[in-house]
Amino acid sequence: MVINGIHIDDTFAEAFPMKATRAIITAQNLEWAYHSARAMTGFATSVIACGCEAGIERELSPEETPDGRPGVAVLIFAMGGKGLAKQLETRAGQCVLTSPTSALFAGIEGGKPIPLGKNLRFFGDGFQMSKKIGGRRYWRIPVMDGEFLAEETTGMVDAVGGGNFLILAESQPQALAACEAAVAAMKEIPNVIMPFPGGVVRSGSKVGSKYKALNASTNDAFCPTLKGVTNTQLSPEIESVMEIVIDGLTKEDIDKAMRAGIEAVCQLGAGAGIRRISAGNYGGKLGPFHFHLREIMA
Amino acid sequence: MSALTLTLKAEPRQRVDMRPLSAARELTPAEIAALKLWLGKRRRRVDELFTLEGDDTARLVLRGDCRKLDYIGRDARDLDITVEGNAGAYAGMGMRSGRLHVKGDADLFAACELRGGLVQIDGNAGNFLGAALPGDKRGMRGGIVLVKGDAGDRCGDQLRRGIILVEGNAGDYCGSRLIAGTIAVMGQVGKNPGYGLRRGTLLLWREPAVIPATYGDCGTHTLGFLPLWFAGLRHLDSRFADPANAFNRVHRYGGDLASVGRGEILVRAA
Repeated sequence: MVINGIHIDDTFAEAFPMKATRAIITAQNLEWAYHSARAMTGFATSVIACGCEAGIERELSPEETPDGRPGVAVLIFAMGGKGLAKQLETRAGQCVLTSPTSALFAGIEGGKPIPLGKNLRFFGDGFQMSKKIGGRRYWRIPVMDGEFLAEETTGMVDAVGGGNFLILAESQPQALAACEAAVAAMKEIPNVIMPFPGGVVRSGSKVGSKYKALNASTNDAFCPTLKGVTNTQLSPEIESVMEIVIDGLTKEDIDKAMRAGIEAVCQLGAGAGIRRISAGNYGGKLGPFHFHLREIMA
Repeated sequence: MSALTLTLKAEPRQRVDMRPLSAARELTPAEIAALKLWLGKRRRRVDELFTLEGDDTARLVLRGDCRKLDYIGRDARDLDITVEGNAGAYAGMGMRSGRLHVKGDADLFAACELRGGLVQIDGNAGNFLGAALPGDKRGMRGGIVLVKGDAGDRCGDQLRRGIILVEGNAGDYCGSRLIAGTIAVMGQVGKNPGYGLRRGTLLLWREPAVIPATYGDCGTHTLGFLPLWFAGLRHLDSRFADPANAFNRVHRYGGDLASVGRGEILVRAA
């Protein structure tokens, strides 16, 4: 398959099941909501070493938030429910509770409830108060700028992590420009995040390593500087490869995001130095969810 | 199906214990007609006291002068009861879910020990609204009580959970021994508001004549939970549902420091 001069490989991305939740952070203004959300989703690029994958899903207008203030929706993914709950609580406690004017609300209805403000309330040292409004419990935790309002729980749902595609370009700036276009398009899709910095990862990995301590290592088949010394999948003109990783609440959400991202790249065309779109395929060793590029783009 | 309407044939000479009617949902109109109610020290069939019309036993309408009808809706589940006039004592006591709408006044202990649902009183409520019975340790444990008129003394005594809304005035000792939950009063409150309050919130539109000495002045604040709290009342047929009456700027008094001291009196601030 060739779109606008860009070759779409006949391969698939492999993804794996995860648990996910959404939290809504509001603040006096959008700037402070972002401060809190960026801190909360910081160092959350890959479950391999971060414990979770997290990102800002989208901005919310005051009409969309529970307390009528500007806010942002944050998605957090982890390999299991226990790990997710721990990460959520740690990050909420360190990054939202501490952030001026912030409030924290559940972003997912239904699913299994996991603690949001349920244990953060103990920061109130006995001065915390609860209010049950419309069947939901909120905690009012006295803090130095007033009160931190946090909903008791949020919902945890089954999700999919590790959807991805690779952009192969003639130069590093061209690969990055294509990634930026793809991420901008994918941010319009709900229920997904691209957890890596700016949504782009340059250290795509393969499963396993020659070092026993590591369970992932550099994807040498797609490393341009190793073209002559390894079993490469790159043609001579490819100088740079970048990957976009997508976590989504469902497989369909990732399908839509991948399609939007690849379309944005293809709009740039071969003239922009983009030669191929491929995907992280690990021979079925990584996970049960398969995203076939040509099916998605059909 | 039309609501089952029970119209009093005459004003009873004695007080009537209406609690058997709380099981109406599981009964047919004929079975309800045959129920026996205590009337003083005697028992009378429902159809001796009332004329019955309609067939929907999940919706009851009581007509006539119902001032002597006690325990209307006691411990009821999923019943919709309308009293087209005044209700006696203990209206809605221990109700689990559903709705009790009293279009007139309610006597003593209305909604006491309520567990869920909505009790709406369009007129005035007597003393001990949403309170605990004497000797019991917990008052209302859930649900919403809305009084469009005034409430008597000891409103919400030992309230454990839920919301009491009073559009008019409340009497003395409003929110006494409050364990948790919220009492909101748009009018004036009498003496000693929040007496012995442990946790929970007394939300007032007007500054009480005297804030009890056992409360500490915490200053004026903008509280983020209040817009949510008011938004949660939007479904009610009440002035509390009107966004124009909502606010988030309050003067906070913490207390009662002679008790647990983890509660608050919040007074609307300019």
